[in-house]
Amino acid sequence: MIRFILGRIAYLVPTLIGITIVAFGFVRVLPGDPVLLMAGERGMSPERYAEVSRQLGFDRSLPEQYLDYVWRLLHGDLGTSLVTKKPVLAEFLALFPATVELALCAILLAALIGVPAGVLAAIKRGSWFDQITMGTALVGYSMPIFWWGLLLIIFFSGMLGWTPVSGRISLLYFFPPVTGFMLIDSLLSGQKGAFASAASHLILPTIVLATIPLAVIARQTRSAMLEVLGEDYVRTARAKGLPPRRVVGMHALRNALIPVVTTIGLQIGVLMAGAILTETIFSWPGIGKWMVESISRRDYPVVQGGLLLIAVIVMVVNLLVDLLYGLINPRIRHR
Amino acid sequence: MRLPAFVTTSIIALASAAAFAAPAAAKTLIYCSEGSPEGFDPAAYTSGTTFDASSRPVFNRLVEFKDGTTEVEPALAESYEISDDGLTYTFKLRPGVKFHTTDYFTPTRDLNADDVIFSFERQGDANNPWNQYIPGLTFEYYNSMEMASSIKSIEKVDDLTVRFTLNEPNAPFLANLAMDFASIQSKEYADALDQAGTKENLNSAPVGTGPFKFVAYQKDAVIRFAKNADYWGTPAKVDDLVFAITTDAAVRLQKLQAGECHIMPYPAPADIEALKADQNLTVMEQPGLNVAYLAYNTDVAPFDKPEVRKALNMAMNKQAIVDAVFQGMGQVAKNPIPPTMWSYNDAVQDEAYDPEAAKAALEAAGVTNLSMKIWAMPVQRPYMPNARRVAEMMQEDLGKVGVNAEIVSYEWGEYLKKSMEPGRDGAVILGWTGDNGDPDNFLSVLLSCAAAEDGGANRAFWCNEEFSNLLEQAKQTSDQAERTKLYEQAQVIFKDQAPWATIGHSTVVMPMSKKVTGYVMSPLGSHAFDTVDVAE
Repeated sequence: MIRFILGRIAYLVPTLIGITIVAFGFVRVLPGDPVLLMAGERGMSPERYAEVSRQLGFDRSLPEQYLDYVWRLLHGDLGTSLVTKKPVLAEFLALFPATVELALCAILLAALIGVPAGVLAAIKRGSWFDQITMGTALVGYSMPIFWWGLLLIIFFSGMLGWTPVSGRISLLYFFPPVTGFMLIDSLLSGQKGAFASAASHLILPTIVLATIPLAVIARQTRSAMLEVLGEDYVRTARAKGLPPRRVVGMHALRNALIPVVTTIGLQIGVLMAGAILTETIFSWPGIGKWMVESISRRDYPVVQGGLLLIAVIVMVVNLLVDLLYGLINPRIRHR
Repeated sequence: MRLPAFVTTSIIALASAAAFAAPAAAKTLIYCSEGSPEGFDPAAYTSGTTFDASSRPVFNRLVEFKDGTTEVEPALAESYEISDDGLTYTFKLRPGVKFHTTDYFTPTRDLNADDVIFSFERQGDANNPWNQYIPGLTFEYYNSMEMASSIKSIEKVDDLTVRFTLNEPNAPFLANLAMDFASIQSKEYADALDQAGTKENLNSAPVGTGPFKFVAYQKDAVIRFAKNADYWGTPAKVDDLVFAITTDAAVRLQKLQAGECHIMPYPAPADIEALKADQNLTVMEQPGLNVAYLAYNTDVAPFDKPEVRKALNMAMNKQAIVDAVFQGMGQVAKNPIPPTMWSYNDAVQDEAYDPEAAKAALEAAGVTNLSMKIWAMPVQRPYMPNARRVAEMMQEDLGKVGVNAEIVSYEWGEYLKKSMEPGRDGAVILGWTGDNGDPDNFLSVLLSCAAAEDGGANRAFWCNEEFSNLLEQAKQTSDQAERTKLYEQAQVIFKDQAPWATIGHSTVVMPMSKKVTGYVMSPLGSHAFDTVDVAE
């Protein structure tokens, strides 16, 4: 087991090196120059351009800049934002809890609804429930997030007034962040109504971010269940006269869960991508919104650092999912 | 099916709990701002979003723009004197002005000349220990307003008197001092940060003399300010000022309508009708201090001939373009400066839309089968809601007089760069928003010979000696009546030579809750809230 984990971690190293090259190259291949963007319509004299480029370290050759970047990385320095002049890691850590909070809620919602819906649809294959569920899942999967988010805001916040439009908590509450997770911080603050306000602000963004993973999980669960339900051991279990609940719960679901857990793990990447749009619509101060703005401002260090950190997180989550297999299915043991 | 029902019930329960559980608060004004500030040191940045969150609430300047105008009035300087030769500016500082007392700093003295000198020297002197208090800091406005080459010296005459000596007379200098980059910082605070080894806090925890004190900033989410009770001017009407950062215009609109904020900038043009129809909202509007234009490359044939440029201008139906693109929130431009600016020459006649005359003029100039490119910028700017649409309409109009126009576009940064490359193929759509209300800030920056050189912003590459000399003369005199005459003449030359097709001036719109009173729109596009009150 330990050898397996170490082996997997060793795999991460070349991947990480690849990501640093891609992230470094990617932002520089994009057209646009951060120095000229700073000057805007006004323009900048060649002398001034050279001076600003020198101050920002862009006067050196690309390989030199890359080596310097890697050298700093090895020392734990992800660089400093060209715009805010703050360390990239500090900005990331300040914003990351907001994204994690939203992503956790979304994946929980997606799994809690998606798995039972998929199981039911498989058991009642061909029924109206199956057709409606899978039809809805297909619609959900193809939903343009930006449009969907705005639609929900207009309906639930604008017309019905049930949910707040955007943000993480009502602005009337003000307490310093402790954990960065608003649900926890609002409880810690002890202010009356703060937790309910934070929770109500989570509802719409959670639904929007959960939509695509929910659809994927429901469809995956259904097909995995159908496959397992046709297996010999399920037929045997039924023939033995076990109650249907036990056949499905004990024998079928447990085996069907393996591909479902893989799917849920892979959704972390989808969630990070979805967070970019969801955070922008709901003014959610997380890393998705931060990355979008940094790309449009050609804030090289932030884009490089952000991509790297997100990639590391996705890789670690996938590693954890691999390890989870063993727990779900004893046949799979990592040697 | 039980689960969804349970979920729905909880959603409603939570939502209603939140709606009724808001705590009692002091009088708070919530502004749905359009983006995050880059930092809180106004000298280090150039965007209006940053100024709205730093220089306007927290800081003051020696002189400031009078509310709702571009007129300069005394602020931290209670009076000033300009020598007859226009070379020395002597400012008498207001006594007893207090810097903010905050959780992180308690001042022991009032504003004095050291603060003023510190605020400018750190920007102009590369060897000043505060020039690079954060590595990579650039003082773009100080440089682009040519402060470095204008200012010969800054001296402290006594504790409350500062004297600026210039290298040559520069009439817009006073207006420059009213700009955000010229905000006055506390030297005492800077010294304290230096001692504590936390210099970078000058950019994250500002201390100024303004109507609001900085309280907290949660990145990309909320900025909080509190009323400065010791303010030297008229104190703010609200106790707390909160910026709710909301980047999407449609979401800002929803927040305003749902009562989650009191006032918002930059609504989408398509939403303005709906906003006006909303009984709970007031929609203020004002002509913007801006211009959108199409700049020909006057170095390249046949666009080097004024008669060709004028013929093309006549071929374009600008009224139709402005109606379609600005959707009632703009007006046709005939001069390179907007009508709200002093020295605007209303006597200038615009080229009338006349395709037949345009065709004849092109033929007379010996131009047939002309092909050209029109550059459409890829982004929305305050002066231009949709450049692509403008380019398409121009293309259609030009087609009617036998000119084949091709539309090109580039990524914004590339667009800015390539449009300034000499020998550029095609005419460029671009625009400008005024920085300080001085006509020089439009005419010299966009149309002078100096600006046609590498690194300038004269995208027509148009260099007319007579025009440039008038601007230079106007810069050297501080008599506004005389300057007005010179700028009026310059506008006549501009129209006669037609280096641009002037497109339009946009109208700035500011929707707000009916509860908000006392808001004054700034022609310079800034957003300040010290005069604003909000009904309970």
